[in-house]
Amino acid sequence: MKNNTPVIVGVADLPLENGKFAGGENVLQAQAKAALAALDDAGLKMSDVDGLLTSGVWGLNGPGILMPVTVGEYLGITPRYMDSTNIGGSVFEAQLGHASLAIQSGQCEVALIVYGSAQRSARARSFGGRPTDLNFQYDVPYGLANPVGTYALATMRYMHETGARPEDLAEVAVSARRWAQLNDAAFKRDDLTIEDVLNSPQICDPLRAADCCLVTDGAGAVIVTTSERAKDLKSQPIDVLGFGEAQASLLVSEMEDLCRLLPAEMSSRRAIEMAGVSLTDIDVMQLYDSFTITVLLTLEAIGVCKRGEAAQFVRNGRIAPGGAFPINTGGGGLSNMHPGMFGIFLIIEAVRQLRGECGSRQVDDARLALVHGTGGYLSSGATCILGRA
Amino acid sequence: MEYNKPIPVVDSDSEPFWASGLSGKLKLPHCSSCGKFHYYPRTLCPHCHLTDLSYKEVSGNGTIYSYTVQRRPAGNEFKDDVPYIVALIDLEEGPRMLSNIVGLAPEEVAIGQRVAVQFITVSDSISLPVFQVQK
Repeated sequence: MKNNTPVIVGVADLPLENGKFAGGENVLQAQAKAALAALDDAGLKMSDVDGLLTSGVWGLNGPGILMPVTVGEYLGITPRYMDSTNIGGSVFEAQLGHASLAIQSGQCEVALIVYGSAQRSARARSFGGRPTDLNFQYDVPYGLANPVGTYALATMRYMHETGARPEDLAEVAVSARRWAQLNDAAFKRDDLTIEDVLNSPQICDPLRAADCCLVTDGAGAVIVTTSERAKDLKSQPIDVLGFGEAQASLLVSEMEDLCRLLPAEMSSRRAIEMAGVSLTDIDVMQLYDSFTITVLLTLEAIGVCKRGEAAQFVRNGRIAPGGAFPINTGGGGLSNMHPGMFGIFLIIEAVRQLRGECGSRQVDDARLALVHGTGGYLSSGATCILGRA
Repeated sequence: MEYNKPIPVVDSDSEPFWASGLSGKLKLPHCSSCGKFHYYPRTLCPHCHLTDLSYKEVSGNGTIYSYTVQRRPAGNEFKDDVPYIVALIDLEEGPRMLSNIVGLAPEEVAIGQRVAVQFITVSDSISLPVFQVQK
């Protein structure tokens, strides 16, 4: 392997209490603490960071404006590579690809990917107040509560075409909860049954509250460097073997086939091909679970099961602890935490699984992981293949 | 009656579309290069990427591709409407539109139902196309 192979050498997330930052941190404080913790995990210093990748929905003059500059300034660093891609919750899988390319080409040597959101503390989450100009003028006047509305439309069509039942969607939520019960840091850890999901409040038919991801705070950081540099570091390096990204559309009316997650198809094929592995080699998957339907569509798009068969695939605890196909081992966005853009926490959990740090939720001898993020309204996708050398 | 829900910010792409309903007709951009209609209105054809576009009237008839019943409102302005139906309508002419199904109880809506356009005038320049199930 070439010396400049990108490897993950540090990960960290900030502890929450009742879904909120334990210390009442704002988004900059939270990102600084997560970054320092990830650097400490790697055995690196802030002054080693020469690449900065960040994204979010906070900031000056609206989401995304000058975000890496703001974070870099706060951290007291002047990176020579920066990225502020803003494509929804999948962005961090995309940025792990971007960081890897930058490292391979020598644009930077130590890349920090960092994210923070205080949405639960700030009570910032609302269905209202969206703009009615540009493409949103054709959508917002009709009162579709996004993102849940788009996923509800997809779920309704999926059930119509495949015969999937509400119980099958509920299985995804129950599996996530069983994983969360093995994760001390997870927000929702009380027992959850299929009946509980089916009796949870209706939001957008056929989706109920328990089909939807949590609303929490959260901050996380990932450190990427070259395999050469990693030789002198204390942590076990995790190889970034493959990556891919793709987009479809923002408005649900633009999506030709609501049962086909095209971005995930495209990005996962690219990532798997680049890694030179086969899907059956993967030991553990972290698949963005913004809503229960997202998991079903992603399983089919990646090719784990055939179109229309995901509902059957997840039955009887297959994706739950002890099942044959472990996914979202930290409890996912449905039960662990979900600060708006969950993708970075998928990477963090995958790294911890590959290092064997997951205690009672550890997947035996996990050597190869697939991480897939879905962003926006089924809009964007990015996949990474990670491996333990 | 004053209209209190969010209304479109009209631009030169959308002006003929939002205005078409004022005369009871649904008009969409049509590409004379590839012969296809598109929605939402753009300055280039999203199918062939050429710009030979003009607005033409369509039937306003279609079928429900999918729907959801909003049990929670999309903001306070929709609070009095819940439960209401948001649906994707496949028009006979091809394009798919997001809109509301009106005049129907939420438990009666189904995928595949035939629908026809109606209009709700919200200002001097904007009439929102909505759909009603054909009996």
